[in-house]
Amino acid sequence: MKSNTLPKGKKLLSIYFTAGYPSLDSTISIAKTLEESGADFLEIGFPYSDPVADGPVIQESSQVALQNGMNLHLLFEQLKDLRQSVSIPVYLMGYFNPVMQYGVENFCKSCQECGITGTIIPDLPMYEYEEIYKPIFEKYEISNIFLVTPQTSADRIKKIDNLSTSFIYLLSSNATTGKNLQVGNESESYFRRIQEMELDNPTIIGFGISSKSTFDKATAYSDGAIIGSAFVKLLAEENYLQKIPQFISSIKEK
Amino acid sequence: MSKYQVNEKGYYGTFGGAYIPEMLYPNVEELKEQYLTIINEPKFKEEFNQLLKDYVGRPSPLYHAKRLSEKYGANIFLKREDLNHTGAHKINNTIGQILLAERLGKKRIIAETGAGQHGVATATVCALKGLECVVYMGAIDIERQAPNVARMKMMGATVVPATSGSKTLKDATNEALRDWINNPVDTHYIIGSVVGPHPYPDMVARFQSIISEETKKQLVGKIGKENPDYVLACVGGGSNAAGMFYHYLDEENVKLIAVEAAGHGVDSGESAATTILGKEGVLHGSRSILMQTEDGQVIEPYSISAGLDYPGIGPQHAWLFKSGRALYGNATDAEAMEAGLLLTKLEGIIPAIESAHALAYLEKMDLKNSDSVVVCLSGRGDKDLANYMTYFGF
Repeated sequence: MKSNTLPKGKKLLSIYFTAGYPSLDSTISIAKTLEESGADFLEIGFPYSDPVADGPVIQESSQVALQNGMNLHLLFEQLKDLRQSVSIPVYLMGYFNPVMQYGVENFCKSCQECGITGTIIPDLPMYEYEEIYKPIFEKYEISNIFLVTPQTSADRIKKIDNLSTSFIYLLSSNATTGKNLQVGNESESYFRRIQEMELDNPTIIGFGISSKSTFDKATAYSDGAIIGSAFVKLLAEENYLQKIPQFISSIKEK
Repeated sequence: MSKYQVNEKGYYGTFGGAYIPEMLYPNVEELKEQYLTIINEPKFKEEFNQLLKDYVGRPSPLYHAKRLSEKYGANIFLKREDLNHTGAHKINNTIGQILLAERLGKKRIIAETGAGQHGVATATVCALKGLECVVYMGAIDIERQAPNVARMKMMGATVVPATSGSKTLKDATNEALRDWINNPVDTHYIIGSVVGPHPYPDMVARFQSIISEETKKQLVGKIGKENPDYVLACVGGGSNAAGMFYHYLDEENVKLIAVEAAGHGVDSGESAATTILGKEGVLHGSRSILMQTEDGQVIEPYSISAGLDYPGIGPQHAWLFKSGRALYGNATDAEAMEAGLLLTKLEGIIPAIESAHALAYLEKMDLKNSDSVVVCLSGRGDKDLANYMTYFGF
């Protein structure tokens, strides 16, 4: 299998945005601008009507994207030429039901055809992934990413590390998306605990990262951090494409 | 183990499982590890049964509806869940879950509600136990169901409007799940139906199984045997049906009929007949049958009855449907309203419009004089008076 593993110790910045938001055909231009502005990898969300792990900002973007007519068929159509303009790793993030209706094998195949690195499907449980779907993901060389929360046991984290082939998605706290990260003693000891486990896979912290200060706090303990809601908010503004370079450089020097 | 009950992996056939984000894993795992042990403890059972007796008013009567029987030419019995405290079967489950939550050391209770019946039943048991209660309810439902909102508030519950998505039951469920993600330690989520991730469908069915447990005993005194020819119940998510079917699942000579809400008609585009209109999918943590678009987006169902307009059915129902163990029929708004009025006129009982769907199916059956039929009268119609008044112009 080709290596999808992200590098360690580089303080990587990843940006999440919802496909089809703010407009149906904005997906590729946003991805391209993000790469040019210095983002290290991307997560493109495919919308679902009932996103239970998401806070208001990403819920809203998903609803608008659905109203705009976004769906997986259209997204893969848009991503067909992704690799002509974007070279950084790209992950698709969304819920299991649209994937199930598209067909898990079809989904992995389309991901491979578009050069997608991996997938983040929060409501696909590890048990079902291992029992049923793992061989399909491997066949198409798609890395499925698992989440770890402050409540995840050490045994389970080790199991996740064994199953992972790209990175481990560390949730800053047990929360839905879009809450602000508060690094207190509790989260610091959680981040340290993970750091001391010396996992094989790089760890990237997400949920609640919105600014340079939260990015710096998170990357003090991990290999990178993901910004979602704060970036999706920017996309609601006028001339959002022109504002992307400034947004990225405010968080991370090139 | 019955082939119709949940297996050790949390599945009913190919349905069920726990399709939840990692943030909910510790809570659901804790429940999964402990629910059977807790609910089988003698002390738990004692308190549960005591409350069902003294507080809920169980056993609920099994009433031989003579005039209804004459009309349909069969022996029809009504399992009177409408006579329970708070007016429906929902309280059986909330009593069980509040006792469980207490034993898990939880301090805060959350729930979702559509028409407000489960919300009221949850607020009731929280008042009983002095626990904090937050009920999520679709913003549209809050407007439609003001008396139930007032009941919950009187009992000290906080009612939070769900303003996302379609602003109804499925969105209230999403909001409750989001609350649980954000409050993972001290909070228990009392789901109101046989839906959600494993072990919820099994746990709720067990708490509701008192309905068929009592029915079996009561039938012996009425017809000299435990088993009727037919058992009928309405299905939204399916909790009263799950309880009504529970002890009959392995009695293959008992015909089980679940009645879904057809709304304005199965093909009208405004319906909640999930087994006909849905296909396999994942919502709210389990794999079941789901009304959805080609692309897997959940479709908002329609029924005149707020308790039946859920876009899915519990995973056990999906399995009973697929395996053919139970027949899934349906009744339209009009058929249910007429059946509700008919029961009122013949027996002096105003049924909830949900339960009236089950009654409406009697019209479609080919019954013999010797047949005995039990219909689960899951709730009373007081909450539906405004609907009855508008519909019939009383």
